[in-house]
Amino acid sequence: MLLGRVIGNVVCTMKDASLVGQKLLIVQPLDRKGRDQGRPIVALDSVGAGAGETIYWCRGKEASFPFLPAEPPTEATIVGIVDSVNIPESGSS
Amino acid sequence: MLIGRIIGDVVATQKAPSHEGRKILVVQPVNLDGTDRGVPVLALDAVGAGVGERVLLTTEGFSAMTAVGRPNSPIDAAVIGVIDSVDLHGNE
Repeated sequence: MLLGRVIGNVVCTMKDASLVGQKLLIVQPLDRKGRDQGRPIVALDSVGAGAGETIYWCRGKEASFPFLPAEPPTEATIVGIVDSVNIPESGSS
Repeated sequence: MLIGRIIGDVVATQKAPSHEGRKILVVQPVNLDGTDRGVPVLALDAVGAGVGERVLLTTEGFSAMTAVGRPNSPIDAAVIGVIDSVDLHGNE
């Protein structure tokens, strides 16, 4: 999983049937200090995340598992809303 | 699998139910010389590892969810071992 921040959302009218009713959010991946890292991606939401929140998201086939028995075609899904990130300075080189 | 160093952890109240009861560790993958390799990933803990330890990290879904014991759950990375030592034969 990776850290990210919700920076927007996507609306699709015509889409795969299993995506109906699912929220599509734009996620900016973050580095260990909370800075932008790499390019934003579109992710499904499984936990009710909202704009500006720090989240963590899952990649790959596993990204569809929160929606079982439905298997929406996603390779990125938000699976948690982050309360806090604890990284002691001594642990980062 | 990758070698990584645990640099911290994450607290999340609202998360996938299958992540309940497992530590969410921030793991920095490292090269054989100990330098950082790419960006840190969040991995669920399957062995009771702690901050500062050098660990074995799997970044493939099936092995990660199997190690954590939560099949069919959104887990793409897990800490599956605490490394005691690494021997490179070419450096003897």
